[in-house]
Amino acid sequence: MKFLGIIVVVITGALLVYTTGDFPSWSDPASPASTHVSPHYIEKGMHETAAPNIVTAVLADYRGFDTLFETTVVFCAGVVCFFLLRIPGRSPFTECQYRHKATGITVRVKHDRKMSGSFGEFERIDTLWTPHDLIIQTACRILIPFIQLFALYVIAHGHHSPGGGFQGGVILGASIILLAISHDLRTALDRLGEKAHAILCSVGVLVYAGTGAVCMVLGFNFLDYGALARILHVDPVMARSHGILVVEVGVGLAVMAALIWIYSNVSSRGNYDEGL
Amino acid sequence: MSEIISSVVAHYNYWIYIALMMIGLYAVIGKKNLIKKIIGVNIFQTAIILFYVSIGAKKGATIPIIHHGPGGGHHETTASVIEASQYMNPLPHVLMLTAIVVAVATLGVALALAIKVYNQYGTLEEDEILSRIRVR
Amino acid sequence: MLWQLDLVILTLVVATAIGAVAIKDLLGSAILFGAYSFMMCLLWAIMGAVDVAFTEASVGAGVSTVFFVAAVFRTTRRTKD
Repeated sequence: MKFLGIIVVVITGALLVYTTGDFPSWSDPASPASTHVSPHYIEKGMHETAAPNIVTAVLADYRGFDTLFETTVVFCAGVVCFFLLRIPGRSPFTECQYRHKATGITVRVKHDRKMSGSFGEFERIDTLWTPHDLIIQTACRILIPFIQLFALYVIAHGHHSPGGGFQGGVILGASIILLAISHDLRTALDRLGEKAHAILCSVGVLVYAGTGAVCMVLGFNFLDYGALARILHVDPVMARSHGILVVEVGVGLAVMAALIWIYSNVSSRGNYDEGL
Repeated sequence: MSEIISSVVAHYNYWIYIALMMIGLYAVIGKKNLIKKIIGVNIFQTAIILFYVSIGAKKGATIPIIHHGPGGGHHETTASVIEASQYMNPLPHVLMLTAIVVAVATLGVALALAIKVYNQYGTLEEDEILSRIRVR
Repeated sequence: MLWQLDLVILTLVVATAIGAVAIKDLLGSAILFGAYSFMMCLLWAIMGAVDVAFTEASVGAGVSTVFFVAAVFRTTRRTKD
């Protein structure tokens, strides 16, 4: 199998290298890819959408359909991970373990009995429990608000600098994942529960598609943000710019929720225990 | 001789992308571990994304963010005319940016499937899984 | 763009890719894949694709490495090839 694999790979590689002879030389300004559609975006994009970052303008406006369905794919991936891994019904543990934070004593409680009394001194643990490092926990707790602030900046400032909904959403998701790694998954789920993942993920796609639908209701084409000028009381060019922002917020929500959803399912094998 | 050298200089980037693609393809064909196969698929994917992005590169051009005056990006820009040759081609960047995010989402699905297979068969090696399927 | 820098990073990309495929430990493989993604991000940054580089830095080097580590942690590190 290995020998066969090497033969296939070498033959394919040789064929591909042979075809590179017909390619335009690397970073050639006159190559066909750079002479047809993109000059229009570069020269007119700023005047038509008021977004200096052309990538954002093309992503959310000119090629809005593409991005809408890419967001839908991300949403679907989150849903698929949930359906593949999540174990429905009651948790598989027959008993819960609680650890007293000050002394480190572990108490086992049968599943049908609820832990009563002061819950704050105890934390729920699993058999996989390992001591957490205080330095890592504190450092991550201090860092996470700044990471989230940066993510919001990236989403909101996507018109003028590199960034936008996808990057901001990923960073926002990564901050929650960092919380889940540095503490444990339950801490993260207390902040943003399982239902919140599903709802935020769908709301993100809904915001995107809803913006398009609003444009259609106002008598323009789907995702033609110039229609928003009537609602926002600005000229059509600035309306496009604002439309891009709304859409980016939707993309950010969907991507953030989908990544956290996938992480919490993959890292806990679907039973939402303490994760990594 | 100088022709060959100029051809090599113009195309060596493409050859390295093809080498990366072939590393990924070999991992998919030759490796038996499922996680290794997923890594191979991802390497193949990033190589193709790299190829696309490199199509958009232009000599002497800058990043695709229009240089605008202190007016804060309002559309009445101070720059009178924008030359397309001054900026990189933004179109491949847009297409590949979304592809990267979709890649990580599909990676999550692939890993979920791998975990499911491991729960069922207790191994990630392809040959062991196949032998266990035949026994049943 | 400096072609020397380009060539050095391309070499590192190929080296980390071979390492990620060849190493006989899945956790090491996941970490090398993260290094590969980060090298790829640098390559895009010097090509001028800042948005793509930003995405890859947050997605490829950050989140997908975490996914791989989580999956390896939940399955096994052992691999035969």
